[in-house]
Amino acid sequence: MSASDNLIPVIVSKVVEVNSIIKRFEFKHINGDALPAFSGGAHIVVEMIDGATKRKNAYSLMSSPFKLGQYAISVRREDDGRGGSKFMHEKVVPGMEMKISAPVNLFALDLRAKKHLMIAGGIGITPFMAQMTQATELGLPFELHYAARSASQAAYMGSLKAQFGDAVACYCADIGDRLNLEALLSDQPLGTHVYVCGPKGMIEAVVQTATNLGWPAAHIHFEHFLSPPMGKAFSVHLAKAGIDIDVGPEQSLLEAIEASGTPVNCLCRAGACGQCETQIVACDGDITHNDHWLEDDQRASKKFIMPCVSRFSGKRLELDL
Amino acid sequence: MTIQFRNETFRNDFTYANSPGNIPRFPFPFPEDEYMYSTNVEPHHATRVGSPFEHGFDVDEHYVAEMKDRALVLADDPGRCQALPHMETAGWDFVELVMVSKARDYPDLFELTMEGDQWHWINKPLQIDDKFTFGDASTLPCHPMEYIGRQVQGDHAILDQRDGNLWLDAGIITAQADWSLDFDVGMNFFEWHAPVPLAHELGVFQRALKFLLSLPQGQPSRRLNWTLTVNPRLDTSPENYPKWGPDKLSVTPDNIGEKIHLRVELQTFWRLPRSNAILFPIRTYLMAMNEVVTQPKWGRRLHRVIRDLRPELVEYKGLSRYHPMLVEWLSKYDDGAPTSPGIFPD
Amino acid sequence: MSESLIEERFLSRLTDGPLAIAPGLAHYFVADASGAECIIRVAQSAPKGFIEKVHILYVPTPGENALITALYALGAKQFEHVPTIDEAIIKLGDWLSDAKMGSQLYLAGTEGLIGKAVAKGEECGLDHTAVQCEQRGSLARRVQCVHCKTMIENVTTQPTKCPSCDLLLLVRDHYSRRLAAFQGVCINAEDPSEVVEIKEVFK
Repeated sequence: MSASDNLIPVIVSKVVEVNSIIKRFEFKHINGDALPAFSGGAHIVVEMIDGATKRKNAYSLMSSPFKLGQYAISVRREDDGRGGSKFMHEKVVPGMEMKISAPVNLFALDLRAKKHLMIAGGIGITPFMAQMTQATELGLPFELHYAARSASQAAYMGSLKAQFGDAVACYCADIGDRLNLEALLSDQPLGTHVYVCGPKGMIEAVVQTATNLGWPAAHIHFEHFLSPPMGKAFSVHLAKAGIDIDVGPEQSLLEAIEASGTPVNCLCRAGACGQCETQIVACDGDITHNDHWLEDDQRASKKFIMPCVSRFSGKRLELDL
Repeated sequence: MTIQFRNETFRNDFTYANSPGNIPRFPFPFPEDEYMYSTNVEPHHATRVGSPFEHGFDVDEHYVAEMKDRALVLADDPGRCQALPHMETAGWDFVELVMVSKARDYPDLFELTMEGDQWHWINKPLQIDDKFTFGDASTLPCHPMEYIGRQVQGDHAILDQRDGNLWLDAGIITAQADWSLDFDVGMNFFEWHAPVPLAHELGVFQRALKFLLSLPQGQPSRRLNWTLTVNPRLDTSPENYPKWGPDKLSVTPDNIGEKIHLRVELQTFWRLPRSNAILFPIRTYLMAMNEVVTQPKWGRRLHRVIRDLRPELVEYKGLSRYHPMLVEWLSKYDDGAPTSPGIFPD
Repeated sequence: MSESLIEERFLSRLTDGPLAIAPGLAHYFVADASGAECIIRVAQSAPKGFIEKVHILYVPTPGENALITALYALGAKQFEHVPTIDEAIIKLGDWLSDAKMGSQLYLAGTEGLIGKAVAKGEECGLDHTAVQCEQRGSLARRVQCVHCKTMIENVTTQPTKCPSCDLLLLVRDHYSRRLAAFQGVCINAEDPSEVVEIKEVFK
C-alpha cells in the first residue's frame, strides 16, 4: 500500500512564471470538490505522463492548509535532471488533466515546540510557506531564515517579507549576505525546533552545527529534495513475481517496478522515508546507493536497496519482490 | 435500516445482551483454530453489508447505552479523557472524520451541514443539535476530542507522530481492557506497550510501528484483538480493578455461559490530515459464551483456541482463575468437525 | 494481569549509565546525596573551560557538609544547594526557563530526584535525549496508586500499601516520565482475602 495508489484527478488551474527558473502550478479537483486537508510540510506526488514515459515526482505543497479549493506547488527547472521538471515547465498548461497523490507529511512541525526556527535554501522555501500560514493561524511563534543565490532567483522573497515582516530574514549570496548558522543556533530558547530544507550542503551544515552545539536530534528536522538520479539502463529480476524488468536511464528502479504491476510501499520517492526498503536475493555487480536511509553496514552487505533512488550496474540483481 | 437501540447496562445489574439478529454480525476474532500474536492488519475497506466492517465507524444496537456508560465513567473520573496541549488540532481532525463519516453512512441518524467553518451537527439518537465554528474550541462545550468522543462507540486514542515514533498524547478511554490513559499519556509506542509479554521479542511492535508511520491519508487499516471479561462490563480499567477483579471468583460451571464474555476490540488506524497524527479507535464488542456457541463454527473454534492458548497469554489476559473450567464447558460445543476458514459464521 | 508477578520487559524506563560530557553550550547538573560524587568525577576529568559552562544544583543529605564544600570548590559558573528535592526542582525550572538550545542536563542520585528532574526538563522544552542519569543512593521508587492516584514517595517494598486507599499495590516495572512514577496496581483485587508476603526489594 502506498499513498500513490489512490490518485486524485485534478485539473491544472493556473501556471505562473515566478522567475526565470521557477514556475508555480495550481491544481483543482476535477469535480470542483475540496482537496484533502493537510499540514504544513506535506508533499504530493505528481504523476507525469510524457508520451510512453510515466514519471512520479514529489513536490511540497506551498498553498495554505486552510484553503482546500486548490493546491499550489513550485517547480525549479533542472535542465540536466531526468526530465520531470522540464516536462512540468514545457508541457503543463492550464486546463490540463493530471493525477496527484493525497498529501503525505514527512516534514511536519512539532506542535510542542516553544519556537519554530525555519531555514530555507532556494526552492526549499516551498514547504515553509504552508508551515508559516499554519503557524500564523495556530498562533505558533516562528522565524524564517531564507538564503538564496540572488534576489532575482529567490522565489517569493519579497512577498514573504511583506506578509510576515520581521519574522523573515533574507540572505542573498550575490551581495555578500550570508547566514551565520553558529550564531543563529547558539541563541535559541530551550524548546526550539529547527527545520531545514534546501541544498544538500545546507542541510548538512545545519544538522552538523546544531549537533555540535548540543541540540538533540529530535529537535532537528530536515527534508531533502532529491529527485531520482539518472544513470545507465539496467535489468533486474523480481524473484516473487518471477519476471525480469528493464530500468531506463531516466527511470528510477521504483518506477520500473511499479510499471511492471508489482506493488511496493513508498512515500517520499527520495530515499528518506525508508518505506521502499527492499531485500536483495542475489547481487552480482555494484549498487549505487543514493538514499539517506540505509546504514553503512546494510549497504556493505549488499542485502538491501532503496529502489526509489538507487541504481545497479553489473551482471545480475535479484530482488525479493 | 433503522436500528433499535437497546436500553441496557454495563454495570450493576448487567442487562446488556445481543439481540438474536445482532449475533451473526459479531466480529469473531479467530480466522483459524489457533491463536498467536501477530499484527494481522488489513485495509479497513467496506466489507460485507451488515457486518461491523461495512462502515468506517460502525453504529449498532448498543450505541445509546454505551454512550450513557461513557458519561457515567467520565463523571466519576475525568482523567479518562486527556489531551496534551498540542493535540487540539488532532481533536478537530477527529471531529471532522467522525461527523463526515456518520452523516454519510447513517443519514437517517446523523446530519452534518457545513458552510465554510460554520458547522451544524444533528445526532438524533443522542438528541444533540449543535452549531459551532470548526477550529474554534470556544464554540464547543468541551475539547473537540471529548465532544465527539462522547458520541462515538469505542475508546479513542490519538497518536502524535514525530521523531520516527508515535506518542500517545491524547485519548478518551472509558472501556479499556486494563490500561490506564492517565498513566500512559505522553508515552511513545514502545513505552506504552511495555507490559505486553512476548510481542516485543517477536518484533511485532517494530513492524507495527513501521506500518503505522507510513499510514496514508484516506486509507485506514484495521485489526482485531481479544480477551475475555467476566460480565458485560465495558469499564475494565486498572483504576477500577478492585471493582471488577472479584467478578472472576463468581464464575461457576453453572453460570459460565452467561458470565464469561468474549471481548473483541476492532482496532482501526486513520491518518489525520491537519495534525498528521493517527486516530486509533478501539471499539469493543462483547458477547456471552452462550451467544457465541449459537454459531456452531464459533463454538468449535473458540474451544480449540482457548484450550491451546500459551500459558503466558493465559496469565497476561487474566484468564487463569477460570481457564480450565471454561475449556471444559466449551468442549461440549466441539464435536471435532473441521471448521471453515475466515471469521464469519457458516 | 496483576494476579501474577510476571517479569515485565522494562521498556518504559529511562536509561541509566555513568554520566559523560556531551557537546553543549551549557551544562546543568542536579544531584542529591552521594550523587555529588558523580559531578565531581565528571568535572575533574573535563577539558579546560568546561566548568565555566556548568551550573550545579545540589540537595545534600542533612548534616553532610563535605560534599557541599567539594562541589563549591569546582568553581562552576553557578552553584546552589537547597534542602529538599522539590525545592531543587523549582529552582531547576527557573534556570531552564532562561536556558538556550544546546543545554545538557545531568542527573545523579536517587530515583525520586532523577524522575522529577526529567519531567521538569521536558516541561521546559528539554528533550529527554538531552538528559543523562546516573542512579546513586536509594533505589526507593515513587509510585502512583492507579486506583486513587496518590503519589507514594520512597517505596521500598513489593508489594506496598497505599497510605490513602489502603490497597496492597504491586509496583509494576512500568514507568511514566511525565508523572515521574512507577505504576502501582492492587495485587489481590480478585480475592482480597489472599495474603501476600511483603518484601523489601527497592533499597
